[in-house]
Amino acid sequence: MDAKDILLGLPKPTTTPTPHGHQLLPLPADKKSRPPKESQRKPDGISREVYALTGGLAPLMPSVDVNHLKRRAQSENEKITWQWLPFTSSARKDNLQLYHWVRVVNGVPPSGDYSFAKYNKSVDVIKYTDDEYEKHLTDPMWTKEETDELFDLCERFDLRFIVIADRFPTSRTVEELKSRYYSVCRAILIARAPAPGDIAGHPLVKDAYNISQDVERKRALSMVLSQTKQQERRDAEVLAEAKRISEARKAAKGTDELEVPAMTDTVPDDNDGAAAAVDSLSPSPNAQFTSGAIAPPVSEIASTLASLRMMRVYLRTHALEQMVQAASSSAGLRTIKRVEQTLQDLGVNLKPKVPTKAVCAEHLELRKEILTLLNLQKQLQYKEAEGSSYRDGLYAETPGTPPKRVQRAVEQDRTFVPDSFSFGGERMGKRDQKRKAPGRLLEGPPSPAQSKRPRKFKASDG
Amino acid sequence: MPQSSSSSKKHGTDQPDIGGPASKSQRTKMVKSSDDTEKKNLAKKLKELEISVPIVYGNIAFWLGKKASEYQSHKWTVYVRGGTNEDISVVVKRVVFQLHSSFNNPTRVVDGPPFELSESGWGEFEIVITLHFHNDVCEKPLHLYHHLKLYPEDDSGPMSTKKPVVVESYDEIVFTEPSEGFFSRVQNHPAVVVPRLPAGFALPPPVPLEDADKRRRGDTKDHTLSQWFSNFSEADELLKLAAARQQSNLLL
Repeated sequence: MDAKDILLGLPKPTTTPTPHGHQLLPLPADKKSRPPKESQRKPDGISREVYALTGGLAPLMPSVDVNHLKRRAQSENEKITWQWLPFTSSARKDNLQLYHWVRVVNGVPPSGDYSFAKYNKSVDVIKYTDDEYEKHLTDPMWTKEETDELFDLCERFDLRFIVIADRFPTSRTVEELKSRYYSVCRAILIARAPAPGDIAGHPLVKDAYNISQDVERKRALSMVLSQTKQQERRDAEVLAEAKRISEARKAAKGTDELEVPAMTDTVPDDNDGAAAAVDSLSPSPNAQFTSGAIAPPVSEIASTLASLRMMRVYLRTHALEQMVQAASSSAGLRTIKRVEQTLQDLGVNLKPKVPTKAVCAEHLELRKEILTLLNLQKQLQYKEAEGSSYRDGLYAETPGTPPKRVQRAVEQDRTFVPDSFSFGGERMGKRDQKRKAPGRLLEGPPSPAQSKRPRKFKASDG
Repeated sequence: MPQSSSSSKKHGTDQPDIGGPASKSQRTKMVKSSDDTEKKNLAKKLKELEISVPIVYGNIAFWLGKKASEYQSHKWTVYVRGGTNEDISVVVKRVVFQLHSSFNNPTRVVDGPPFELSESGWGEFEIVITLHFHNDVCEKPLHLYHHLKLYPEDDSGPMSTKKPVVVESYDEIVFTEPSEGFFSRVQNHPAVVVPRLPAGFALPPPVPLEDADKRRRGDTKDHTLSQWFSNFSEADELLKLAAARQQSNLLL
């Protein structure tokens, strides 16, 4: 059968009845053909009406085979009748006789209590004597009558305080009633207990009902419930802002607490920097860039140092990893990749092969310097982009030599940089040849480095 | 075996002022003044110091050649040694090598130097090396992770039973805030890098570890496999780094 046929359904009923289930979705066009089909095929096992419920089709999954259904046990050996008989319930105190249908088996009615009597549970409300009341339960806010009335209602209504509050003669809030009830129970418990240790674990003794807390809780809940959507959004914003501020404050605090001498003079800068970084309205992007770039790493580094010291024992490679991460915390993934590329170009292992204290310190400093270098290069690009667009706007009427000259000069500046870079590389190669030190130092790299640098700047050319 | 000279101090020669005659008079002067403040200062100074132990860990694997079977094609040794082949048992109490679960008793404990484990097998897997230190050193153990290497990096030529595959990693264990006992015990040991104490501070004479005389020689300078040990020279790396920094400074 073609799929299209299946989907659109057969236009006319075929002479040979197809086994049920091939048609998936009969469209309205098919309605005419459906009634004859239904009367054609009436499957056994289920009634025609039930079959019609499924839309005139058999279900895709095989339904439960009738043979699998449980036969009612003993339906042949016994005689079942249904009789209208009276019954009593132990749950009732008044001996009221009611009637209901009972399944009688072979003339024997079922025995036992009313089947729902077991659900008649109630609360055991404490009963205190007058003597106990005098000794332990007197309260300036409550008269004995009120307390007695309260307890009577509690008994009657199974501690449903809302109902009790409605029925209470004098107007008392639900919380007041609860408070009185629980404090009375607690006092009685303590008074009756043979030793204080026995009931120390009792929930009433351990966590007594605190009326003010309850009132506050309900008030807060109702506030949350009645919050409008706008309020919700504002709350979320405020919370996020608060979280950011507290984290920034924590980072600044981390630098304050450390007694590392090198950090002390940067601490005031750091605080300003952190504040500037947090404040979303910073005056100029460049100022934020420099302070933002320097401030977070300083606090990151400080907190990393502190956590390393706490560890008591660690591997130097691990320490270096952490410090590198802290120093590059402000840099994006691309910047980090560029740092690593620079390190490789310089012939430095990304992870030092001989990580002694001195080597690790040098490695870290080198990374930081490269990071600064890259950041400054990026800033330079931005400034130039700003400058050139500014000049484009100024000299819009005379789009001649002046802008081009400026741009060319700028380009010359840029190309100067890579030249000195590779030049330095060559110098270094020569120096090392003198030393006869082994190693893979910049024999090939100058050329690829050179070709790499201009390419990078080309992207920003105007 | 050539010892690489590291720029870090060698304590035999570079004794702090404790030994000199000038400091002796200083010491007696110190003793006359209140001992408590001196102890407090010493403790404070110790808190800021760090003691480091250079180590090298890795494995050496020999192909068994004709004697190789399907499941035992290589004989390998995984070990932890001192950076300059000195005895690290002054700091390390025992080493636990956790092998692949297919080995019998994959948790192998080595209680004394040399801290090594030899086995035969065919597979490469990660070995977790746990260093446990003496009680006065540090209570927390330290974990190293080493990928066992049996097969040479390049598939050049046939494998030789004479030339093993060697993979070593250099690292340094750093102990922060060392205790007095630890400091005094190791201050003159060649395996440990101990910073100078500022002039005038005196440490009590060290208390030797239990069964120090019973312990056998723990350094690996004459180890059977020492010919294959790599030479980790700090100088090379420092040179390169210094040159690189100079370059980047030029650009800045």
